Amino acid sequence: MSQTAEKIVPCYPLFQQPEYRETLKKKAAEYENREPANVIDETFEWTTSPEYRALNFQREALTVNPAKACQPLGAVLCSLGFHATLPYVHGSQGCTAYFRTYFNRHFKEPIACVSDSMTEDAAVFGGQKNMFAGLQNAKALYEPEMIAVSSTCMAEVIGDDLNAFITNTKKDGRIPMDFPTPYAHTPSFIGSHLTGWDNMLEGILRYFTLNSMQDKEPGKSGKINLVAGFDGYLGNYRVLKQMAREMGVEATLLSDPEAVLDTPADGKYRMYAGGTTQEEVKQAPNAIDTLFLQPWGIDKSKKFVKETWNHPTTAVDAPYGLAATDQFLMTLSRLSGRPIPASLELERGRLVDMMADSHAWLHGRSFSVYGDPDFVMGMARFLMELGAEPLHLLSNNATKRWGKAMETLLASSPYGRRGEVHFGRDLWHMRSLVFEKKPDFLIGNSYGKFIQRDTLHKGKAFEVPLIRIGFPIFDRHHLHRQTTLGYQGAMYLLTTLVNAVLERLDEDTRGMAETDYNYDLIR
Amino acid sequence: MLTQDEAQKLIQEVLAAYPPEAAEDRAKHLAVLDGESADGGGCGITANRKSLPGVMTIRGCAYAGSKGVVWGPIKDMIHISHGPVGCGQYSRAGRRNYYVGYTGVNTFGTMNFTSDFQEKDIVFGGDKKLAKLLDEANTLFPLNKGISVQSECPVGLIGDDIEAVAKKKSADLAKPVVPVRCEGFRGVSQSLGHHIANDTIRDYILDRPNAAFTGEAGPYDVAVIGDYNIGGDAWSSRILLEEMGLNVVAQWSGDGTLAELERTPKVRLNLVHCYRSMNYISRHMESKYGIPWLEYNFFGPTKIADSLRRIAAKFDARIQAGAEAVIAKYQPMADAITERFRPRLQGKRVMLYVGGLRPRHVIGAYEDLGMEVVGTGYEFGHNDDYERTQEELKNTTLIYDDATGYELERFVEQVRPDLIGSGIKEKYVFQKMGIPFRQMHSWDYSGPYHGYDGYAIFARDMDMTINNPCWKMMTPPWRQPGAEAA
Repeated sequence: MSQTAEKIVPCYPLFQQPEYRETLKKKAAEYENREPANVIDETFEWTTSPEYRALNFQREALTVNPAKACQPLGAVLCSLGFHATLPYVHGSQGCTAYFRTYFNRHFKEPIACVSDSMTEDAAVFGGQKNMFAGLQNAKALYEPEMIAVSSTCMAEVIGDDLNAFITNTKKDGRIPMDFPTPYAHTPSFIGSHLTGWDNMLEGILRYFTLNSMQDKEPGKSGKINLVAGFDGYLGNYRVLKQMAREMGVEATLLSDPEAVLDTPADGKYRMYAGGTTQEEVKQAPNAIDTLFLQPWGIDKSKKFVKETWNHPTTAVDAPYGLAATDQFLMTLSRLSGRPIPASLELERGRLVDMMADSHAWLHGRSFSVYGDPDFVMGMARFLMELGAEPLHLLSNNATKRWGKAMETLLASSPYGRRGEVHFGRDLWHMRSLVFEKKPDFLIGNSYGKFIQRDTLHKGKAFEVPLIRIGFPIFDRHHLHRQTTLGYQGAMYLLTTLVNAVLERLDEDTRGMAETDYNYDLIR
Repeated sequence: MLTQDEAQKLIQEVLAAYPPEAAEDRAKHLAVLDGESADGGGCGITANRKSLPGVMTIRGCAYAGSKGVVWGPIKDMIHISHGPVGCGQYSRAGRRNYYVGYTGVNTFGTMNFTSDFQEKDIVFGGDKKLAKLLDEANTLFPLNKGISVQSECPVGLIGDDIEAVAKKKSADLAKPVVPVRCEGFRGVSQSLGHHIANDTIRDYILDRPNAAFTGEAGPYDVAVIGDYNIGGDAWSSRILLEEMGLNVVAQWSGDGTLAELERTPKVRLNLVHCYRSMNYISRHMESKYGIPWLEYNFFGPTKIADSLRRIAAKFDARIQAGAEAVIAKYQPMADAITERFRPRLQGKRVMLYVGGLRPRHVIGAYEDLGMEVVGTGYEFGHNDDYERTQEELKNTTLIYDDATGYELERFVEQVRPDLIGSGIKEKYVFQKMGIPFRQMHSWDYSGPYHGYDGYAIFARDMDMTINNPCWKMMTPPWRQPGAEAA
């Protein structure tokens, strides 16, 4: 008997008990038709071989363990960043259940989002009836100030016209004519969650500004617009606002979900909190410029801002690490005419101080990185600043042009010499890559834990430990609250990286009378 | 405790927020049930109908029911999420259907295989890509025992013939390749996905030529049907069944294998835990192979003992004695658990809103701990689920079918239960409201909850959540009634 009232154990270690081991052994031996152990072992070894890598890279049709999600997920996150806005997804309802769940698990927060639950009849006749009832019900029940409509692939395949459906809903009197209903078509078979974020932002900017440009003039407000893009770190929205504040620059974050994704536990549930207001969006064309901080994958919004708002959309890199943050601040300074304040210079100095303190543990260590294109590029740049070596740089949702830019970046530093760039590849490719050429660490979201387990199964010497930085992070708590951008973000990244190195060293040297050396108290 | 009148009033208040048409529809899904006035009519609830647009239903889709629930856990087969990339990503490794195996070698449960449809696949059709990826999957994962193709929405809209592709590839690869038409727009919830998945197991696994199990079937062979091994539930169940002398030759589908599915038509009895998702295949095996099936409930010692005896009654004296021996062995442990936790949980009121079997099956376990269920409802139940629920209810109970976010919030505000058991989408709403909450789909990353070992964990978990100090910290001291001004 496994449990007692005094000691109750869950799955692990419960199933370690002999009686459970016995029943599982019997199940495997008698009922599962499992291959002999040697066949399994040989097959596993084969999956770690160069021949397998070659076969794996010949894949043309099959994706295994992707590192990207689909458009409407991004549209929902973008919508959440606007004040009192209810994201509304036109199409099958299961998608919305998935989007909510995916964000629930990462942010550990409620996610308000509705679907108009299209079913087979809507597939035949189109989803206009669903839009009629959906907008009416959503507005009545949840009293948003804005409903931001995106679409699932079902609605896209049958060709539903969001603009017409929304207009007809209003004409039918279901919701007032002037009720804000920006929309974006977000077909999941094009691009990724980044594309959907971009499309939704463009939809919102268009809705509130396209027909009111007469009195708008770049620079009139003296403000600067910042576009963070799809970002799973709450701290990043905060640090962008903080850097601007310290500069004395009035900045508008176009989509700012940090408040709604971080409401307090005080006895009350708030469906809406904070976010970019409609007024801020309406005034955004009067800003000096709009900076897109995830430039890879924001084409549509950028084009709109350039052509309709006549903003220069000055190019900046995602501000990961030292130099990119420097560049970002200098750009802000140049555009606003405000000097970079002593407080930020002090923060920079502290970051460089930390880099000096930790360089001996990071110099020459190799890291493979996967994730969204700007994240991978930003991490690669920061790693090289630390004297570390980016090894495999993989982005599932990046383009060939990104690949070229990455090659150029790697060529710019001696630490980029060993770097390999892979775009449009998935995490099963990454598995082959790290078996072929072992990095010291893997950097990415929670999905990487399976690569760590696979490499460990080959042997301790092959194990590639995962450092969790990215989106989503499901299996560690509260990391989404951290900051990865700016000097502050670089401090968090550096702290995470160097301590991963030191943790690993401890793990490797914890053997009593075996590796007493290098198991140091002081480092 | 709400009275019948208060509960009715609450329902009317909630309905008042809806536009008239929607209110009329929702009224059919909400009810108050009094233990004594039970009429056996399934609470008079309308169930398994379309969700209203825009109301924030908690429901998922047919794909979720097929890939996520029924097919996905079959561990030695590869399940392709056929269509755009999202569905497979969002449903990857989320349900905690535990299994043991060499993932990526002979088992594939926590992986995500997808055709990652691009625009050209929508325009020109995805059949060629499907044929090619089936070959690629079989080349890279040669120990797979078969492949299922889980259709996402676009597949059914662009006229692809996945059945033809599957038929050809099944012949080429000499393995089952199962086309599953579980596009998300079919039906009104996960439920149709379960049914479609059951039917495809029937047509493409059980009826596959020359695939039948040819070994000797034993007199005590049983299959566990509708246990997804969440947190290891099926393992803490099979151990009891084996201990009483039965052979559990198949698990459907948690930690399940193709061989186990194929062997099931020879068992003596199918033991059905989740009726909702697998009654279809159980009825099929009854009519085609003459295998009786029995619904059982392994939550909480009262229901477990009752179920063990009902199961044993289908067998001979040896098994009946075995069941009594199992009960005698575990009852003292269960009693000790109850004794430890009951004083801490006595009288606590629970609201449930879950899927499958749980809105009724877990009631007994709460009652074993002295707790009362004051509200319950199904995400995707049918009328027969509500009929089965009625007999479990004792006190005045709110019943809500396909509840909306709005309704749940209002109900909870008024009822102020001591515990809510529901899903991740609901969890953080209610925690912020200061109500202890347990996820009752995933066991909140704990479990198992089935069987005697599971009961101990269930009791521990309910106690740790209800009695954790955090719920008393929501109001700062300076805002407490009677506090001095700061």
